[in-house]
Amino acid sequence: METDNDRIECDIENDGVDRRGFLKCMAWAGTGMLWTMTGGVLASKILSPMTAAAAESPVGDFTFVQISDSHIGFAKEPNKDVIATLKQAIAKINALPAAPDFILHTGDLSHLSAPEEFDTLDQLLKSTRTGKIFYVPGEHDVLNDSGKQFRERYGKGSKGDGWYSFDHHGVHFIGLVNVMNLKPGGLGFLGPAQLDWLKDDVAPLSDSTPIVVFAHVPLWTIYPQWGWGTDDSGQALAMLKRFGSVTVLNGHIHQVQQKVEGNVSFHTALSTAFPQPQPGTAPSPGPMKNVPAGKLGSLLGVTRVNFVQGQKSLAIVDSTLAGS
Amino acid sequence: MKMCSLLSLMAFLTLPGLPAEAGGTNQVTIDNFSFTPQTLTVPVGTKVTWINKDDVPHTVTGDDKHFVSRALDTDQQFSFTFTTSGTNNYYCSVHPMMTGRIIVR
Repeated sequence: METDNDRIECDIENDGVDRRGFLKCMAWAGTGMLWTMTGGVLASKILSPMTAAAAESPVGDFTFVQISDSHIGFAKEPNKDVIATLKQAIAKINALPAAPDFILHTGDLSHLSAPEEFDTLDQLLKSTRTGKIFYVPGEHDVLNDSGKQFRERYGKGSKGDGWYSFDHHGVHFIGLVNVMNLKPGGLGFLGPAQLDWLKDDVAPLSDSTPIVVFAHVPLWTIYPQWGWGTDDSGQALAMLKRFGSVTVLNGHIHQVQQKVEGNVSFHTALSTAFPQPQPGTAPSPGPMKNVPAGKLGSLLGVTRVNFVQGQKSLAIVDSTLAGS
Repeated sequence: MKMCSLLSLMAFLTLPGLPAEAGGTNQVTIDNFSFTPQTLTVPVGTKVTWINKDDVPHTVTGDDKHFVSRALDTDQQFSFTFTTSGTNNYYCSVHPMMTGRIIVR
């Protein structure tokens, strides 16, 4: 499919980017989930001959981190100490060879929207070696007050229920809110006001502008019985169809799920607090309780995303708290 | 003697307006992301109590916002007295695929 695939360092088959080579890289990184794809997904270190010129000016390349579902305030099985596991996640980020330019937190910062939970999270994240931290709310962050407190703390400059966008090295980042005004029997919901805003937000961008969308609830339908999807995300994705590179980063389901559809790569992140079962493997999507001692760390983690100038797809690397 | 007991028993059974016991037929348990019973039928004037036994918070939100609870953590409760007959659909505003119904007769 891709004509300008780069070779991955550990692709000993020497036949271009392929599933096997990618898995080898992911085994090194400690990733737990298969990544199936049709486009090229590339490690940040390697540049193809076609982009060798770009290698001369690496200033355009950058790395950022996605963390999700810290659920400060949760203290039940399988994790009675979500602060400790978040600290491990922060240590992992701080151990990266180069500090990420920024962090995206894709929601459920808190468990009960309590002020002390947000305060604790803010204190903990202060020790993260990074630039800015961007947030979008999860449903646990907007309890009782329609998100007013969340927007006051994390939504400066945002519109409506807290959506916003920003640019970084030519990549356009869009933070969406899909946990407000949820309809009975429904899934996640963006709403007409947000969709109108999105239409205007991307209108001036050229098709070659790389887009990264981040929101709490998955923007594709993973398992509607458990609310894992967004009712009106199709309208949002239609607006992004013309772009050559779209990456969608979500949380909410506390496990890695991925999909590639045309130019769009979808990815959900691990939680730093507790794992949830895979679709249909339990009566409900609540915290997985029967986690063997010592195994919790392998079910929690962070995600590192590398952007390389000229490459179509961003390289997404999940690392668990147990791995290297 | 027997007839006396039988008559007493019958009188007892036909007494109108016996209050229902707390924790009995007027309770909805929230667990495993479900409301149980999903449909509850009660007489007008009944106070219904929801109790969250799940390990994540849930809400009880009437579809028409006629009754709205705060987020209920584990073991927290919410009660509402239904004073008019009709069908009251509700859901959890945090996990909207959870739905329930109180039918008031």
